[in-house]
Amino acid sequence: MEHYYQPEIECASREQIQAWQDERLVKTVKRVYENVEFYRKRMDEKGVKPQDIQSVKDLHKLPFLTKDDLRDAYPYGLLAEPLENCVRIQSTSGTTGRRVVAFYTQHDIDLWDECCARAIAAAGGTAQDVVHVCYGYGLFTGGPGLNGGSHKIGSLTLPMSSGNTERQIQFMCDLGATILCCTPSYAAYLAESIHERGLRDKIKLKAGIFGAEAWTEEMRHDIEEKLGIKAFDIYGLTEISGPGVSFECSSQTGMHVNEDHFIAEVINPETGEVLPDGEKGELVFTCITKEAFPLIRYRTRDICILSHEKCSCGRTHVKMTKPLGRSDDMLIVKGVNVFPSQIETVLLNQGYPANYQIIVSRENNSDAIEVQVEMTPEMFSDNAAVVTEREKKLVAALKAMLGIYVKVTLVNPKSIARSEGKAVRVIDHRNLYQG
Amino acid sequence: MTVKQISVFVENKAGKLAELTDHLQQHKIDMRALSIAETQDFGIVRMIVDDAYQTSCILKEAGYVSSITPVLAVEIPDEPGSLSQILKILGDGGVNLDYMYAFLTRKKDTAYMVLRVADNERALEILGKKGIHAISQDQLAVS
Repeated sequence: MEHYYQPEIECASREQIQAWQDERLVKTVKRVYENVEFYRKRMDEKGVKPQDIQSVKDLHKLPFLTKDDLRDAYPYGLLAEPLENCVRIQSTSGTTGRRVVAFYTQHDIDLWDECCARAIAAAGGTAQDVVHVCYGYGLFTGGPGLNGGSHKIGSLTLPMSSGNTERQIQFMCDLGATILCCTPSYAAYLAESIHERGLRDKIKLKAGIFGAEAWTEEMRHDIEEKLGIKAFDIYGLTEISGPGVSFECSSQTGMHVNEDHFIAEVINPETGEVLPDGEKGELVFTCITKEAFPLIRYRTRDICILSHEKCSCGRTHVKMTKPLGRSDDMLIVKGVNVFPSQIETVLLNQGYPANYQIIVSRENNSDAIEVQVEMTPEMFSDNAAVVTEREKKLVAALKAMLGIYVKVTLVNPKSIARSEGKAVRVIDHRNLYQG
Repeated sequence: MTVKQISVFVENKAGKLAELTDHLQQHKIDMRALSIAETQDFGIVRMIVDDAYQTSCILKEAGYVSSITPVLAVEIPDEPGSLSQILKILGDGGVNLDYMYAFLTRKKDTAYMVLRVADNERALEILGKKGIHAISQDQLAVS
């Protein structure tokens, strides 16, 4: 039997959803125009007034918002509520310029938690369940989001956060966790560790909600089989709220966007033209219920396809495919956003040349990232310890910038392949994007 | 009185060292001494050759990163205890050794130690006081 958290919303008629969206969009646009100079300026530049937006049909008239805009407006430039009404921030990894800081009022957090509650319910979660959350807590949205969703449902929540696999498994066994929330690669790692310890019979998991990084159908089957669970995908981004912007239902044929909160569009990333259902393009979100940080037509850079086809689960909200790629060069490694330009900045700061190649792979279902750097006479020394010391400093600087371990390999000068004079910066062996 | 050591960066991959030695062979470079320092992902080949300048040009042309370092080449009797003696002199004199390696010569009963220290002058001075002398690049060619 399909579980819902808010069936009256999740299975509402398309007319009802349309009506909610029209009303909320008009209200939100008026509010940001009045409260946020950034939006007012942008709309004025485009010659759009709040009264030009009467329904979702007019959405295309509004200007897009990009990650660069978020950088320019950092930190408070897009805040639509007085600071005294805000109760929390969440943030992505990365340094200034690439880091996103999003603001929440208590109301925003409640709605976000509800979105996550819908995802947990879709995975079969009820108040009887024990929800084991090993997404990171803190600035990262994964932990707080699923934690809040689990509270809404009334499930016993284990706020494990990431790391310490030994303890994770012990709690999972001792407390009889039934729903696991983490990145798919950590789920795969846990599955293997559980098998190695011969504890497969001691776990009571029935479902998993895995997101924050791309994963393949093969990986899904592997995790499902090893843990004896059904594995559900969840999608979200800090800019829009966090996990729960969309989530998978029992049909496992795409993720339902919580359309009463977020309007999804797919556009041609080159022209900005809105594309119809079934066509592949860049996903764009407009927040219509958020108070503190309601992004309007935010370009996610994720490439996917929308579908309004009737779903066997009974939900009526539009479904999006897993991201099929990116319209920029961002990589997601171990759930962390990595831009090649960040790596380049570190290399240059440390006195290395900009001749480098990033190699991403997945071994034993765990991401690994390596940077190959070409050796130069300046970096070289006859003393191996001196060169190794420099290498270690570079590894530390990369870790400080990205928050994850990056293996550094020094290679011969001019040995990094260049095509048409331009270096191939990224080689991703993971083949994550299917379809 | 130092000799010039060539140090070359080599990736730690199968066949890379052979590539380097092939290059040297093609240009008829005669190696007098060789030592390799290896780490997990790269190696540093250190060698003493007859003509350091020529070798360095050849390596540069072939795309290698290399450097020339003045090191001490000390002649010692090829018998037990002679290495300890040198190390003791250096240690007593407070000279820190970065690395060293040995090579034999055509001369009977004599071995050479290549010493890489931070301060060549100081090392030469304290070794000289004990009657131990380093050889020059020219002497190396005929040794």
